Amino acid sequence: MSVTDLHTEKSYLTDGFTLRSWLLTTDHKRIALLYLGSITLFFFVGGLAAALIRYNLIVPEGMIGSAETYNKLFTMHGVVMVWFFLIPAIPVTLGNFLVPLMLGARDLAFPRLNLASWYLFVLAGIVALYSVVAGGVDTGWTFYTPLTSAYSKGHVVATVVAIFIAGFSSIATGLNFIITIHQLRAPGMTWYKMPVFLWSLYATSVILVLATPVLAMTLLLLAFERIFHIGVFDPAIGGDPLLFQHLFWFYSHPAVYVMILPGFGVISEIVPAFSSKTLFGYKFVVWASISIAVISFLVWGHHMFVAGTSLYSALVFSILSFMVAVPSAIKVFNWIGTMHNGFIRFDAPMLYAIGFIGLFTMGGLTGLFVAALAADVHLTQTYFVVAHFHYVMVGGMVSAFFAGLHFWWPKITGRLYPEMWGRAGAVIMFLGFNLTFFPQFLLGYLGMPRRYHSYPPEFQVLNVLSSAGATVLAVGYLLPLAYLTWSLLYGKRASANPWNATGLEWKTQSPPLTENFISTPVVTDPPYHYPRPEVAQHHD
Amino acid sequence: MNLWLPQATTDAAEVDYLIIALVLVSCAILALVFGLILLYMIKYRAGSGVDRGAPPEKTWRLEIAWTVATLLIFFGLFVWGADLYVRLFQPPPDALHIYVVGKQWMWKVEHQGGQHEINSLHLPIGRPIQLVMTSEDVIHDFSVPAFRIKHDVLPGRYEALWFQVEKPGTYHLFCTQLCGTGHASMTGDIVAMPAPEYELWLAQNGAGEPMVAEGRILFMRYGCSGCHGGNGAGGSQSVGAVRAPALAGLYGSPVTLVDGTIVTADERYIRDCVLMPEKRRVAGYPPLMPSFTGQINEENLLRIIAYIKSLTPEMQP
Repeated sequence: MSVTDLHTEKSYLTDGFTLRSWLLTTDHKRIALLYLGSITLFFFVGGLAAALIRYNLIVPEGMIGSAETYNKLFTMHGVVMVWFFLIPAIPVTLGNFLVPLMLGARDLAFPRLNLASWYLFVLAGIVALYSVVAGGVDTGWTFYTPLTSAYSKGHVVATVVAIFIAGFSSIATGLNFIITIHQLRAPGMTWYKMPVFLWSLYATSVILVLATPVLAMTLLLLAFERIFHIGVFDPAIGGDPLLFQHLFWFYSHPAVYVMILPGFGVISEIVPAFSSKTLFGYKFVVWASISIAVISFLVWGHHMFVAGTSLYSALVFSILSFMVAVPSAIKVFNWIGTMHNGFIRFDAPMLYAIGFIGLFTMGGLTGLFVAALAADVHLTQTYFVVAHFHYVMVGGMVSAFFAGLHFWWPKITGRLYPEMWGRAGAVIMFLGFNLTFFPQFLLGYLGMPRRYHSYPPEFQVLNVLSSAGATVLAVGYLLPLAYLTWSLLYGKRASANPWNATGLEWKTQSPPLTENFISTPVVTDPPYHYPRPEVAQHHD
Repeated sequence: MNLWLPQATTDAAEVDYLIIALVLVSCAILALVFGLILLYMIKYRAGSGVDRGAPPEKTWRLEIAWTVATLLIFFGLFVWGADLYVRLFQPPPDALHIYVVGKQWMWKVEHQGGQHEINSLHLPIGRPIQLVMTSEDVIHDFSVPAFRIKHDVLPGRYEALWFQVEKPGTYHLFCTQLCGTGHASMTGDIVAMPAPEYELWLAQNGAGEPMVAEGRILFMRYGCSGCHGGNGAGGSQSVGAVRAPALAGLYGSPVTLVDGTIVTADERYIRDCVLMPEKRRVAGYPPLMPSFTGQINEENLLRIIAYIKSLTPEMQP
C-alpha cells in the first residue's frame, strides 16, 4: 500500500471536519481525542501549580510571600492532578480508543453515554477552574474536616461540586467499559485471550463503579455540613472528624489503583511487543490485577495510623497493606521474566516502560516503609510520603501514560513521532523525575512536614536540589508536547502495524476507519502470540 | 547538608533500625530488578546473537517461588513494625502527664504545677512523659522528628502520646496536619533538660496555681461537688444531696456502664462523662448529670480532669 493510498484513504479522522462532527460525535476514537485535549490542558494547569510550589520552596521563608496563596497552590495542584488527570488519563484516552479496537468491536456498548461522560468531565473542569479563579481553596486535596466544613474561607463547595460531577463521569466510563468487555468481544475472543490492558481496565472500572459513589456521598455530606451546619464531621456540632477520613480514604485509596492499574496494563502490552516474546505468566498478571482491585478496598485505614484509630485497626490495615503490595511485586517480576530470552528493541515506548518499572518499583518499595507501622509514625505527613506517592503516580502512572501514548500514537494519528526525540524525552523524564523527588525522601526522613509554606533553614539544600530537578522534569514534559504536536503535521505516515505487535488494534489500518474493522475479526491466536525468536531474528 | 537526625529518645534508635532494615531490603530488591533489567537489555538486545534457548515452558513454579518469597519478607517487616508500634503507643503507668491544647495556630502547654507555655515544651530527660492532647478547633498533629513520633490532635477528644527523652537539647516541634493558613508557623521547640534543671525551670515559671488546685476551684464553681461531694467522695442521701458516683480513685479503674460493658476510666472517658453524660453512663445511678458542652473551655476541662485524677479514697473529708 503506497503513501498516497493512505493519504486519500478514509479514516475516523477524515470522517467529517466540522466542529459539530467532533462535538456531537459518538465515535469512541474521537471522544478519546476530545478527552486527550482536555486532560492535557489540566495536566499543564496542575503542572504550573507544581512549578510554583517548587519555586516557593527554594528559600526557607518562601519565595511566594503569602502562605494562603501557597496553600491554594498545592490544593489546586492536588485536585487538578488527581481528579482531572491521574484518575481519568489512561482509561478515557487510551482506554476509550483501544477497548473496542482490542475487542474487535465497532464501538463501546453505550456510545452516547461515552460522549455524555466527556461533557460531564468538561462541566466538572469548568466548575473546578471557576473555583480557582473565584479565589481558590486552601484545604489540601484531602479536605479533612472540620477544617473544610467549618473553618476554611476558600471556595470549598464549588471545588467539591466539581469533583462530585467528575465522579459521575468516571462512573459512566467504568460502566461502559464493564458492559463492553462483557458483551462486545469478537468471536473467539475469550476472557483469557484478552490483552492484559483490557483486564486492567476491567479491574479499574469495577473500582470506579463501586468506590466513586462513596466519594460522592462523602462530599455531599461535607457540603451539607458547611452550608446547613448539619453535624456529621465537626465534633462541635456532634460529628466525628475521623468519620470523614474513613469515608474519604475508602474511596481515595482504591483510587490510587484506578491510577496505576491501567498503567500496569499499558506496560504489559509494551514489554512483550518490544521483547518479541509472549507475556511471562499471563494468568498471574491478570489475577494480580483483579486481586489488587479487591484488596485495594481493604487498606484505607493505613492513611490513619497516627490519626487516633485503635491499635487493632492499625495492625489489621498494616498487614493488609503489605498484602496489596504482593501482586504488584508479581507483576514487576513477570515483566522482567518477559524480557528474559527476548529480542529487545529500545524504541521510545520501551524506554518509557523500563523507566516505569524502575520508578514504580521504587514507589512500591517505599510504600513498605509507610505500611510498617512504627516507621510510618515517623515518616507519614512528611515529604517522604510526598516522594512515595509521586514515585507511584507520576513516576509510575505518568510514565506509563507516555509509554502508551507513544506506543499507540501511530495508530491514533496515523503518523510516526520522531524516534530520537521520543527516546530523549524518555531519558530526560526519568532523570528529571529522580532529581526532583529523590531528595524528598531524605527531607521526609529528616522530618520536613508536607504542606509547609516556609521551613527551617537546614532543609534548604535538599529543597533547592528538588526544585532544580523539577526544571529538568518540566523539559521532559514539554518535549513530547512539542514533538508529538509536530508529528501531527510532519510525521511520517504510519503503517497498520509499525511495531510488529500482536493485538486486534494492529490488524486494522492506521488511523482506523470509523467502523474500526471492515469485517468483524475472528480471534484464534492466544494473546501476545509473538513469532518464535528464530523467526523474528533479522540479519542485516 | 546534614543527613543526620538526632536520636533523642529511647525508641528513636529502634525506629531507625527498622528504617535501615527497610532500606536494605529495598536496596536488595532494587539491585535485583535494575540488575536484571540492565543485564537483559544488553544480553537480549535485538541485535545480539546470544542463544535464547527453548521457548518458556510452565511458569507457575517461578511464580509461586517469588510470591512466597515476597510474602515472607513482607510478613517479617510487618511483625517488626507492628511490635514497635504497639510499644510506642502504650504509655507506661508511671509517666509524667503534661497537657497540650492545639489551636489555630499555636501550641498551648500546661504542666501539672500550673506552668504555662506557648509553642514550647520543657520536659525532664530520663523519665517517661505522656502528653494528653486535644484541639480547640481543627485537627492538628504533634510531631517531633528527633523523637520519631507524631500523633494527630483532634477536637472533641483526648489523644495520648508518650516518649522518654535521653539526650538534653532543643528539638523541632511541627504541626504536621494541615490546619489552615498558618499551618507552617505552628511550630515550636521541645526543650529537654536534666531533672534538676527542669525542677528549677518549673520553680521559676510557677506563676499560676497548680493544675490540681485550679481544678479543685473549678470543681466547686461548676457545681460538681454538689452531687459528687467535696473531694469527690460521692453524693449520699444522708446529706440530702443527689446520689452521684464517687470520683475518688476513679481514674484508671474499671467502670461498669448501664449497658453492661466495662471501660477503663481514662481521660477520654472522664471528658465524655462531663460533656456527654448520656453517652457512656455508669450503671446504678439515675441519669441526672447535665451536659457541660459549651460551658467549659478545653484548658479548664483539663484542669478539672487533673483534679479528678488526683483524688484518692484516702482523701475523704
